[in-house]
Amino acid sequence: MPTVTITVNGKAVTREVEARTLLVQFLREHLSLTGTHVGCDTSQCGACVVHVDGQAIKSCTTLAVQADGSAVTTIEGLADGQTLHPMQEAFREHHGLQCGFCTPGMIMTAVDFAKNNKNPTEAEIRQALEGNICRCTGYHNIVKAVAAGTAAMNG
Amino acid sequence: MNAELPIRPGPARGQVRESRPHDSAIKQVTGRAFYTDDIVEPAGTLEAYVAQSTEAHARITRLDVAAVRTAPGVRAVLTAADVPGVNNVGPVLADDPIFAEGLVEYVGQSLFAVIADDVRAARAAARLAVVEYEPLPALITVEAALAAGSYVLPSVTMRRGDAATAIAGAPHRLAGRLEIGGQDHFYLEGQISLALPGEDGDVTVVCSTQHPSEVQHLVAHALHVPVAAVTVEVRRMGGGFGGKETQASLFAAIAAIGARVTGRPIKLRLDRDDDMVMTGKRHDFLATWDVGFDGEGRLHGLKAMLAARCGYSADLSAAICDRALFHLDNAYYIPAVEAVSHRCKTHTVSNTAFRGFGGPQGMMVIERILDDVARHLRLDPLEVRRRNLYGDAGRDVTPYGMTVEDNVMPQLIAELVESSGYQARREAVAAFNAANPILKKGLALTPVKFGISFTTTHLNQAGALIHLYQDGSVHLNHGGTEMGQGLFTKVAQVVATEFGIDVDHVKITATTTAKVPNTSATAASSGSDMNGKAAQAAAQTLKARLAEVAAAEFGCRPEDVAFADNRVSGGDRSLGFAEVVTKAYFARVSLSSTGYYRTPKIHFDKDSFTGRPFYYFAYGAAVAEVTIDTLTGEYRLDRADILHDCGASLNPAIDRGQVEGGFIQGMGWLTSEELVFDGRGRLRTHAPSTYKIPACGDVPAEFHVTLLRDNPNTEPTIHRSKAVGEPPLMLGISVFAALRDAVAATYDDPAALPALDAPATPERVLAAIAP
Repeated sequence: MPTVTITVNGKAVTREVEARTLLVQFLREHLSLTGTHVGCDTSQCGACVVHVDGQAIKSCTTLAVQADGSAVTTIEGLADGQTLHPMQEAFREHHGLQCGFCTPGMIMTAVDFAKNNKNPTEAEIRQALEGNICRCTGYHNIVKAVAAGTAAMNG
Repeated sequence: MNAELPIRPGPARGQVRESRPHDSAIKQVTGRAFYTDDIVEPAGTLEAYVAQSTEAHARITRLDVAAVRTAPGVRAVLTAADVPGVNNVGPVLADDPIFAEGLVEYVGQSLFAVIADDVRAARAAARLAVVEYEPLPALITVEAALAAGSYVLPSVTMRRGDAATAIAGAPHRLAGRLEIGGQDHFYLEGQISLALPGEDGDVTVVCSTQHPSEVQHLVAHALHVPVAAVTVEVRRMGGGFGGKETQASLFAAIAAIGARVTGRPIKLRLDRDDDMVMTGKRHDFLATWDVGFDGEGRLHGLKAMLAARCGYSADLSAAICDRALFHLDNAYYIPAVEAVSHRCKTHTVSNTAFRGFGGPQGMMVIERILDDVARHLRLDPLEVRRRNLYGDAGRDVTPYGMTVEDNVMPQLIAELVESSGYQARREAVAAFNAANPILKKGLALTPVKFGISFTTTHLNQAGALIHLYQDGSVHLNHGGTEMGQGLFTKVAQVVATEFGIDVDHVKITATTTAKVPNTSATAASSGSDMNGKAAQAAAQTLKARLAEVAAAEFGCRPEDVAFADNRVSGGDRSLGFAEVVTKAYFARVSLSSTGYYRTPKIHFDKDSFTGRPFYYFAYGAAVAEVTIDTLTGEYRLDRADILHDCGASLNPAIDRGQVEGGFIQGMGWLTSEELVFDGRGRLRTHAPSTYKIPACGDVPAEFHVTLLRDNPNTEPTIHRSKAVGEPPLMLGISVFAALRDAVAATYDDPAALPALDAPATPERVLAAIAP
């Protein structure tokens, strides 16, 4: 079995994994980081989005071995201790969630977007979130949250 | 030991009417809200996979699982012979086998389950089974079932007056037909159960379900143990929408049987494709009608036929189809009605509850009828809708005999017409359409009047349990389940308000059959109405006890003791809430209480189809404006304006979220979400790649949602609020009506009645525009 070394939320971890192990399985099953969710199993709903070397990717269709040597950030690694990341705070404050199952992926996508789009239009935010499905909110508050979170991150 | 909670000066936080964030929001944004699949598995947990029928209707001539049993990683194979008790999880009738016995009746039906070290091994092993079938004729569509006279339940007729005579005597008459598609729930968290074996044959099932008590009962029957031997628990679901009311039981039962057989914890989680194939959906309907009306567009009589695809078993189809009849009037007075509801048996998955529960399909029919009437008479559909609204005495009784007592609809529509600028936009749309040959705009306002209560009267009861601890902290439990709708937040606000304490002092706990028994499903929009009242009752019992203690301390009368600002006051004295609780403990006063609520006033006679099935109605209306491309059929929702009635809202932010989300979900149902079954009964749209729920870009750039102000519930519901879970879904009908309006603009004849069925996919829109 291959050995992978991945820096997850700032901590280097080395594990032997089956070659077919998905990154999301590695995070959830090997590291018990269950904040990253699996919604559709086929990289369409976006509940599984994490950052690999700072870039948002869908971890349900990425192999753990593909992340070997990379730095992975999950939803658990976003807050600074008890202080929420500005995007997390924005989702809470603007009611950008209901059942919350899509929320971790939604936030990880939004954080990556906000890093590269300092002053986005609402249309750009909507475009950026096309790969993240929410069944509860109708997206209205999610868009508001991403706008506020982006402003706070870049403020 | 008795670390008192800190007392903050000033008003208590998180009382009712406050827009508190969802109680789990911080956990949800940090990935620390645990869904069933996130719970740390006990050592030795095994995983299950359910093997499914590939035939829609067939006799099973051979089922040989010998090779499955010996596959790598496999610990057990469960078939019908391994069910210790009843091999059935039918919620109403016993017609849903856990494992097929000799006969399969839909593609995806459970044949057997494989228990293995992990689901990958279980899934691989399941393929080794030898299954042979003798195919039988399969009925896939509603039309096929109607032609064959195939029903899961007897047909039901709702009748008032003499519809045939009224239609015959009316100045105008139209007949019509509408197909209304189904809908997959697409909760982001799929079906999942984790069964933990206990001593004495007991089992605990952690299950993503809206109906823990029913899962408990059905698991107990399947295991052949008393109901008390089974505990079902759910802290939260990743969405439900009705799809976890009855549909969780099969998977809970299989996990529990697996736990019994292996003595190990069993997790059964469906992947998305299996979930979409194996679980029931919103019923698709075929409706036909004959309507008589006058030159003003007022309805005189209506004969209608509503046929629902129920699938292979009854599930909740009786109540769902009843609710379609109850909402065939929507907000309108129809003097004479004869409406028959057929509950068609097809060889497809058994359809089930979905937000609105048949109501949306009934409303679609009357909204299409009024649209036709208006176009036929060359009137604005809004005008015809307004003329037909329920009104004063003589025009205020529904076809099922319930008086509409608090009809706010005329004022609500007037307010929305004003705030949305409907009239000016109607003219602007006409001008746009006159100027643009390719793009066409459509505009529509549709109302929603939705009945609140379970129409099965005995379900309208709820229980709660509250403990007070010596430090003044509050443990809250009730029979309702949290699926994202904010129920737990609202009920905690109710309890915090009773005690006059910060809501942070109220510990919200997982729903469990071990604390509150015999609960009803969290369904019918009734969660906060019923559980809020039950929790309030429990809190009031405890408050009365605390008031006695405080009164003795203060030297005043118990009725003069007040609970506010995190303090308990009487006469000129006051104590912190926790201090009073501590004193009550030392005075040997019980600090635990149950609370119970049953909805008053409701009754219904199934034989005559009359009564008062609903405690009250919730109202709303939406204006949608769309643009279609007549070359491709593609379209956009440009703008939506909504005015919705939540009574005196317990939490306006949460209620607005329900309205926004419900509207978009309703829009998805009627536009992009298309369930395609092929001729062999196989669902071809079983993943988000082919089944399109609304994405972020489908939401209109202009989206105005307002809650109706100054309209407390006329019934004494919990703090005069109104239920909000289901009603807003039907606001999405405005989008469908606007699309048809745009399609109609392609015809030279303003009286043309374009045939447009739901969902109005771009293909359907393209097919419906003028040739």
